[in-house]
Amino acid sequence: MKQEVLKIENLNFEYPDISVLRNVNFTLHKGDFLGIIGANGAGKSTLIKIILKILPFSEGKITLFGEELSSFRDNYKIGYVSQKANSFNSDFPATVKEVVMANLYSRKGIFKRYTKSDYEKLEAVLDKVGMSGFEDKLIGKLSGGQQQRIFIARALISEPELLLMDEPTVGVDAKSVKQIMDIISDLNKQGITIMMTNHDTPELVRVSSKLLIFCEHGNGEFVSRNDLTMQQVNDIFAGKRVHHHD
Amino acid sequence: MIDIFQYEFMQKAFFVAAIIAVIAPCIGTPIVLKRLSAIGDATSHSALAGIAFGLVLGINPILGAVLFSVFAVLGIELFRKVFGKYSEIATVVVMSAGIGLTAVLSGFITKGSANINSFLFGSIVAISNFEMYLTIGLGIAVIICSVLLYKELFFVTFDEEAAKLAGVPVGMINLIIMLLTAITVSVASRIVGALMISSLIVIPVAAAMMLAKSYKQTIWLSIAFAQLFTIAGLFISYYLDFRPGGTIVLLGVIFLIAVAVLTRKRRR
Repeated sequence: MKQEVLKIENLNFEYPDISVLRNVNFTLHKGDFLGIIGANGAGKSTLIKIILKILPFSEGKITLFGEELSSFRDNYKIGYVSQKANSFNSDFPATVKEVVMANLYSRKGIFKRYTKSDYEKLEAVLDKVGMSGFEDKLIGKLSGGQQQRIFIARALISEPELLLMDEPTVGVDAKSVKQIMDIISDLNKQGITIMMTNHDTPELVRVSSKLLIFCEHGNGEFVSRNDLTMQQVNDIFAGKRVHHHD
Repeated sequence: MIDIFQYEFMQKAFFVAAIIAVIAPCIGTPIVLKRLSAIGDATSHSALAGIAFGLVLGINPILGAVLFSVFAVLGIELFRKVFGKYSEIATVVVMSAGIGLTAVLSGFITKGSANINSFLFGSIVAISNFEMYLTIGLGIAVIICSVLLYKELFFVTFDEEAAKLAGVPVGMINLIIMLLTAITVSVASRIVGALMISSLIVIPVAAAMMLAKSYKQTIWLSIAFAQLFTIAGLFISYYLDFRPGGTIVLLGVIFLIAVAVLTRKRRR
C-alpha cells in the first residue's frame, strides 16, 4: 500500500453568507496527481488554502502525512505555487537566487546561514525547471513563464512531498504553459504528489491520475481518471458536468 | 587635518551621523520594499508628540519620543487590520494624531520653547554624550537584527504569504521592523530632526533600488548613499553655515533625482 499523503474527511467550509465546500472526502497517496475541476467560485482555491492553513475550516478532519492538520509542523513537506500575478511586485530588486533560496527556511529555521549544500540545491532545482544560469538575474526582468518556473523552483528547494498548485499557468504564454505542464508531470513521475487547479480543464484531465470535480454546491466528486468513460472525459472537455446530484 | 575636525562637536557629529546613516537604510530597505514608506513619517510625528510630552513633564524628551512612537507603530498595525486593503489610512490617522498631540502639548511647554525646534530640524552639532551612547547602542541593536534575521527579513519583505507557509514567524518579524523603526526615529529626531529622519530612511533606499541588481546590493548601496549624503551634508553645512539636517535631506533629494534621470536615459 502506498503511503497516505493527504486525507480529507467530511470537510465543510463556509464564507459568512455562502457555503463553499460541503462534505468533501478523499484520500491522496504518494505519487497521485489530483486535478481539481469546477467553475469559478466552486471552492477549488478555497480547498488549497484550507490545506495550507491560510483559511480555517469549520467542520471535518484533515490529515497530512498521518498527522492532524492543526498539529502538522513539517512545512517543508508541502510546496505551494500560486498564480504568479498575486505573489510579487516586479520592481522588487531581488535575484532568482535570493528568491529561491529564501524558501530553504522551512528546512533550516531561524538564524541559520546558507551552506555549500544549499547552493548545490539551488543549482539542482534551477536545472529541474530549465532555468540554470539565471541565478543572478533580477526576477522582475524575466518573462512571465520564466518567473513562474522560478516560483516552482522555490517550492521545490525544500524538497516537498506534496505540491499544491493553484492555477500556476495563469498569465503565462502558450509555449511556457507547455513547458510548465511538462515540468509538473516530470515531478509527479519522480514521486511527488501533486494537487492542482487549472483553468485549462482538458489539459488538467490529461495529466491527472485522480480528479476532484466540484459541481454547483461544493460537494466534490472524487474519481480516478481511469474510471471515467470516454464519454465522461469528453463531457469534461466540453465543460459539462459529469456527475449529477439531485 | 582639515580644520572642521578640530572641534570635538564636529567629530561627534560626523561619528553619530555615520551611525545613523547605517541604521536608517537597514530598516529603510524592508520598510520601503514593503510599501510602508509613510510609516517613517507617521512615527516621526508621533515622536514629536512624545518629545513635547517629555518637555512638559520634565522627563527626557527622547524617552518620551520612544514611548509615543512605539505606541504609534502598534496603533498603525492595529488600524491596518481594521481598514483591510485601505491600510494606508491607518498611517495617516496615526500621523494626524501625532500632529494634533504635538500642537496641544507644545502649548504647555513653559520653559525652553526653543527646545522643540531643535527636535523638529535636529541639532547634530549639539549632541550630548548620553545621546551619542544611545545612538551607538541603537546602531548595534539594528545591525545585529539585520544580520541575524537577514534571510527572514528578505523573505517577509518579498512575499509575506510564502514566508508564513515556510514557517517564518511573520508577525514577530514585522513587529521587530516596526519597533526598530520607532526607536530609530525617536533617537534620530534629536540628531537629524523629527521632520527629516523619515527622508533618511526612504531616499537612500529609493536611489539604491534604481541601480541595485539584488536585494543585498540594495542594502549596501543605500548605506553607501546615506553615508555620502550625511558626510557631504555636514561639510556643506559647516562651511556654508546651513542647517545640517536640512542640507543632508536636500542633498539626498538632488541625488535621487539625478539617479532617476540617469537610469531613465540608460533604459532608453
